[in-house]
Amino acid sequence: MDFGVQMVVELKEGLADPQSRAIHESLPTMGWDNVDFLSVGKYFHFHVDAPDRDAAVEQATEMAERFLSNPVIERFDIRDVYVADAVPLETGE
Amino acid sequence: MTVRVGVVTFPGSLDDRDALRAVATMGAEPVSIWHGDRDLGGVDAVILPGGFSYGDHLRAGAIARFARVMDAVRAFAHDGGPVLGVCNGFQVLCEAGLLPGALIRNRSLSFVCRWVNLRTENPSGNFTNWPDGEVIQIPIKHGEGQFVADESTLDRLERGGQVALRYCSPSGGVDDGFNPNGAARNIAGIRNQRGNVVGLMPHPEHAVDPDLGPTGGQAVLEWLIASAHARQPEHAVSAR
Repeated sequence: MDFGVQMVVELKEGLADPQSRAIHESLPTMGWDNVDFLSVGKYFHFHVDAPDRDAAVEQATEMAERFLSNPVIERFDIRDVYVADAVPLETGE
Repeated sequence: MTVRVGVVTFPGSLDDRDALRAVATMGAEPVSIWHGDRDLGGVDAVILPGGFSYGDHLRAGAIARFARVMDAVRAFAHDGGPVLGVCNGFQVLCEAGLLPGALIRNRSLSFVCRWVNLRTENPSGNFTNWPDGEVIQIPIKHGEGQFVADESTLDRLERGGQVALRYCSPSGGVDDGFNPNGAARNIAGIRNQRGNVVGLMPHPEHAVDPDLGPTGGQAVLEWLIASAHARQPEHAVSAR
């Protein structure tokens, strides 16, 4: 069964993150002076063929820990796991 | 016997040819190694060069660590073989778990390309052929060279004498004003506990030929070649 997984990887809090800081500091110049936190991260969306949801989560977690994130500097969060269509959207009828 | 130094070429490596040339300039035999090779061809030392392996996709060095040749590099390093990772090579060594810490975007968000002063460190003198307290000049050129690690890891690196190079003033003073990328504690290069694996952001291969400028890179390559040379008799025995 195909499970869709949506995952976010962000730099750990407290780590110097110049990119996020630069974006954050530019917000007030455009009038948004009420944003007190901003973090730029990576978004992963993939389909896993797994026997059940738990197995899909387990594999996604392992993928995050070993490859998609670097635990020294990043943390990951699985935001959603859902039953995916057997036919990918772009080729579906 | 002439020391044979292998330089690994990944897709996207840029400084492999400069590294091969620098090895020859330093009197050792340069050997090209392809990322798809299963073995290192019996070389005595390995350089992982700078560049943008696999386009720096995901994270710098994150994909190169899965290259077929990296199993051989890992085994070579675990066996005590001298391994030098430069810039992207340093990032690969960190991603591969052969060195602690990680390298993130420069504090300035800008790519930096210039000569820097570096203080060599070997406080206990444990790491043969690596000078202590000398100021050398080597160029840097990177966008993601800010070395980071948690405080306990940094303390452990300091205690073990594992900081190999720090960004410094022309007279060797270490302060933030001479830190080009925001690296923790001005760290430009580190070594593993055993001292046989060294990773640094500066490019020693660009600083060996006196016709082209300062020759601070010679000290780094001399370390690599001398470390390889010191292992040769043992190597010959184990090969038989």
